[in-house]
Order: sequence, then structure tokens, then C-alpha cells
Amino acid sequence: MRIIVCIKQVPDTEELGKVKINPATNTLKREGVSSIINPFDENAVEEALRLRERKGGKVTALSMGPPQAEEALRKTLAMGVDRAILLSDKAFAGADTLATSYVLAVAIKKIGEFDLILSGKQAIDGDTAQVGPGIAEWLSIPQLTYIRKLEVNDNKVRAERVLEDSFEVVETSLPCLVTVTKDINEPRYPSLRGLLKAKKEEIPIWSCHDLSVERKRVGADGSPTQVIKIFTPQPPGKGEILSGEISEVADRLIREIKKRKIV
Amino acid sequence: MDFALNDDQKMILELVDEVSEKEFAPRADEISAKGEFPAENIKKLTELDLFGITIPEKYGGLGMDYLTWTLVSERISRACTTTGLIFGTNLLCTYPLLQFGNEEQKKKYLPPLAKGETLGAFALTEPEAGSDAGNVQTTAIKEKDSYVLDGTKIFITNGEVAGTYIIIANMDRARGPRGLTAFIVEKGNPGFTFGQHFDKMGLSALPNVELIFDNCRIPSENLLHKEKRGFRVAMRTFAAGRIGVGIGALGVAEAAFEKAREYSKERVQFGRSISSFQAIQHILADMATGIETAKYLLYRAAWLLDQNEPFEKISSMGKLYASEVAMKVATKAVQVFGGYGYTKDYPVERYMREAKLFEIIEGTSEIQRGVIANFILKE
Repeated sequence: MRIIVCIKQVPDTEELGKVKINPATNTLKREGVSSIINPFDENAVEEALRLRERKGGKVTALSMGPPQAEEALRKTLAMGVDRAILLSDKAFAGADTLATSYVLAVAIKKIGEFDLILSGKQAIDGDTAQVGPGIAEWLSIPQLTYIRKLEVNDNKVRAERVLEDSFEVVETSLPCLVTVTKDINEPRYPSLRGLLKAKKEEIPIWSCHDLSVERKRVGADGSPTQVIKIFTPQPPGKGEILSGEISEVADRLIREIKKRKIV
Repeated sequence: MDFALNDDQKMILELVDEVSEKEFAPRADEISAKGEFPAENIKKLTELDLFGITIPEKYGGLGMDYLTWTLVSERISRACTTTGLIFGTNLLCTYPLLQFGNEEQKKKYLPPLAKGETLGAFALTEPEAGSDAGNVQTTAIKEKDSYVLDGTKIFITNGEVAGTYIIIANMDRARGPRGLTAFIVEKGNPGFTFGQHFDKMGLSALPNVELIFDNCRIPSENLLHKEKRGFRVAMRTFAAGRIGVGIGALGVAEAAFEKAREYSKERVQFGRSISSFQAIQHILADMATGIETAKYLLYRAAWLLDQNEPFEKISSMGKLYASEVAMKVATKAVQVFGGYGYTKDYPVERYMREAKLFEIIEGTSEIQRGVIANFILKE
């Protein structure tokens, strides 16, 4: 199987409290905050490796981001992917989900024939869950999103797709794109052998010049979404706890609800 | 002198720290309380390739140095003493194989040990032989192209879970240490069975088992090194093993210190945190100083071993010092916790029970002082 895994480098969730917003540019200040692979993407890498272990083939990890995103790709190499490619160019900066999925799709075409594209259901920083589906649209292939169980037999893909309070079983054929939830597997740690090998590996960087992209479709120019403002919402005020006799508390509760026009 | 870690060591320790903190530390109390062999942890160590650190690449390992192994072992031990000791005990099998094994023995036994498919163990101790290592009663008799082993070993760490055992037996009891001979014995060899599992003060999840050899016939190619040269095999193995045992003790000390340090800052008495009292500050200062001192003795022993320089004296010093520091630190940690420290609601009582082991195994503190005195009086 030829599998491509799309990953994103994001700020470490355990340090999210430290992430500050630059009000001038409406972007995250990432200085001093360590980066990790988007956790759902780690599940995607794990699923790709397990599929390869069962069916053979090759796994390619792909990421668009600043030069330091190489670190995230190197971790996927340590986990066991066969090769990693970084898409990085100043021209890609300011991309929304449309422009990002466009560049990733063009890169996937350049990689060549593939059977399956995997990624996490969403990134924990932007939380849009749009880049995966976007790639599928650009490539005109079927997409299965929010998948918690995946079976591939010959050309058929059968998967459990998570809904709000249940799941549905969906089927399609290869090639297709699948985004995965946390429940699909437990990502492995890299091994020492993997770490030492990955350290020496060359990670090619593809820029605009290496990809046959239309310049007007990449970066901020290719992004219809404009971020007007990013802000931290004010925490809601302290709750009030009523105590006393049940009938008395109920009366007061009704009065409060009416007064505050909650109902 | 260069105390800096290299990039590979930093990268490896970052991974080992992550796994130790996320996987081993949260389960350490439960493992100890249930007394169950931590198979999950050992599987993790295997997946990470940690068993192969010091084994050359041609035998399936990573071909890295003993200092890196020591640093890794410290991290594991700090998170879970039991897992650290199982990991460390493996060295008592791989080290003598590397030092004294012939090419066929290395090719046969090292790759599964490097991959963690097989665990290793080393057995000298008997009811009548421990500190008095030469008094081994287990006999080995040469019969054509095999040896026949008879006798009983006790307290053997990794017993029953290990697949490959280095066994010290006596080919000439009248000559004491000069009759000792080392053999490689595989689990499942006819005549080799397991007896009692010892019920201990602490580390109940660490297998310490009786090995029974009853007319146990092994092929002559399983002789390790030479006949009647087993004392040297044992002494060299212990010398290297002392780095591993010392680092296990250091791990306990570090864990106990960290708990005491955190608690002293949270615990309020007389309206202030107890860390603001000089009495507690001095305890913490002594703990930290002892830990730092023990650490560099052990790192230096490992470094000397890597340089192929005599390391035996320093490894004895490191083991002696680290185990006594561990006992002191763990005891004082219980003191810092006060009444709570004596309860099983906090791990410090466990550390105290675990620490005691290190003053006894791999040569008691008394034996270490004897070893060190021998070295310094000869210099």
C-alpha cells in the first residue's frame, strides 16, 4: 500500500496556557512554547504504520509549515515512516484551510500514485477539521472523516465513523482520504534505533518552485478566510449556589430564572 | 573534564523521560502493591530498544556506551524501582557474555537479549554462599561433552522470567573460589526448575526466585570462559553490576527527594509551609548533596568502564555510597511527611522499604568497604 500521512506541527497542549496571542497580527506567539505533532495526526501515523505492517508498502509523511516543522516530520521518521517531505515557502504563509489543502494536494500529485491518505480529524490549534476534506476535494477522491476503526481489504475500505452519540459504518474504495479520531489506536513511541536513524535522514523541502502551484491560490492570497480578530474569551462569572429548604430554594431559583430572562 | 551530554544522549533521555513519566511512574504504586511482574513496562522497554544499548550492532544491539545505559537506567529507576532493577539485572547476563563469551555464544545469546525477547539473569548466591562467594556448593561435573549441574541458588533476580542464565557452579569445592566455573543455562533445560519465590520487605513485584539444578545436563559449549575461572567472571560481572545497582539506588533517592521537596512546599504548619523551617531545609539540602555526590561517582564508574580503564574500585564506591544515600534520603523523606509518610497513602514508605535492598544486594555495604579497602591498600 502506498500511504501518505498529512501532519501538522502544533503548540504543545500541555503548555497551551502559555500560548499568547499577538493582537497586532492576530497570530499565535509561539516563542518559548514547545511544539508537538498534532495528537490526532500521531494516530494517523500509527494507523499508517499498522497498515504497512499488515499489507506492506510505503508510508510518506507530509507537512506544510515553517522550517522548524521538520522536527515534527523527523519524529514520524523515528516512529517508522519511510520518508518525510516538508512543504515550506514564505509564499505559503498566512494560508487558510483552502490554500493549505491546495498546496498539500499539489504535493500529493507530485509524489505520484497513492492508495490512501490519512490525517487526524482536526488540528488541536485551529480545530477546523477542514484541511483533510479539502485535500480530498482537490484530488476528487472519496473522504471518510472522524474514523475510529479502519479495515482495508483489497480495494475496499470499511470504517466506523463517529457521530455525536453513535457511529455509522461506511464503505468506499481506494484511493480515498481518511481522517481519524483518538480512539482508533494508541500511537507508538519512537524506538532508540528509530531516533538514531531519523537523525541522519534527509528531509527534502519543497517550495513554490518545486510544486506546480498557481501562485494566486497559495498563502494569504489564496485564502478567502481573513482573521479579523483573535482573542481569549472572558471566563464566565462565578456561579451562585443556593442552599436551604428544597421548596424555598426552588422558589428562589424560579425567581432568578425569571429575573435573568433565562427562559 | 567534560560533564556535557552529547546530542544522542539528550535525544534518548528525552524519550526515556517521557515514557518513564507517562507510563512507568503512574503505575509504580500499583505494581508494588499487587506484587505482579510489570510485563507491560518490560514490553515498553523492548519496543524502545533499550535492552540493546550496550550490545554491539553486530549482535543486534545499538553499540552505545555504558554511560548512556547508566543515564537511561537512572530515569527508569526513578519512575519505577522494580522496572529499573529488572532492566539493570539484564546487564549481569549481557556483560559477562560480552566479556567472556566466545563468538558462537555471543551470536547465539546476545541478539534475543538485545531485542528484549529474552531477559537475562545471573546466579551465584546460595544459602551458604553470598558474601562468601567462594563457598558455592552447587557442583558441576564434566561428563564427556556435557556438564552436569546439581544444587540450589536463592534470591535470583529475574528468576523464572529470564530465558538466559549465567550460573556459577563449583568444579572443585575443596579449592573454594578456584573451583568456580561459569555456565550459560537456558530456561527449559531438563533438570533446571524454579522453586520458591521469596516474599520480601519491598519490591514485591521484582522476581527473586530459587533456582534448582537436579542432574541438569548442559552441553559443554555452554561453558563460559574457562573451567575453574568462574570467580573472575563473577567478580568482573559484580563490578559492572554495581554501577547498575548503584544507579537503581540513586533512582529511589531521587524519587524520594522529589516527593519530600514537593510536599515540604505544600504542607503548612504554624501558618507557613514547612519548607520555610530551617530544620526541613537542612534535611533537603543534605538529601540533594548526597544525591549529587552519588551521581558523579556512578557516572565516573561507567565512564571508566567505557574507556577500558579500571573501574572496579569506583563502582564499589558508587554502589556503597548511592545505596547508603538512598536509605538516608528515603528515611528522611518519611520524616518530612511526618505521620502521612508512615501511611501507604504516600509512596515514601515504599521508597524506604525499597532503598534497604540496595545496601544488601550485589555485595553488602560491608563487603563493598572490604573491596574498596583492598584496592586502596594495594595502591
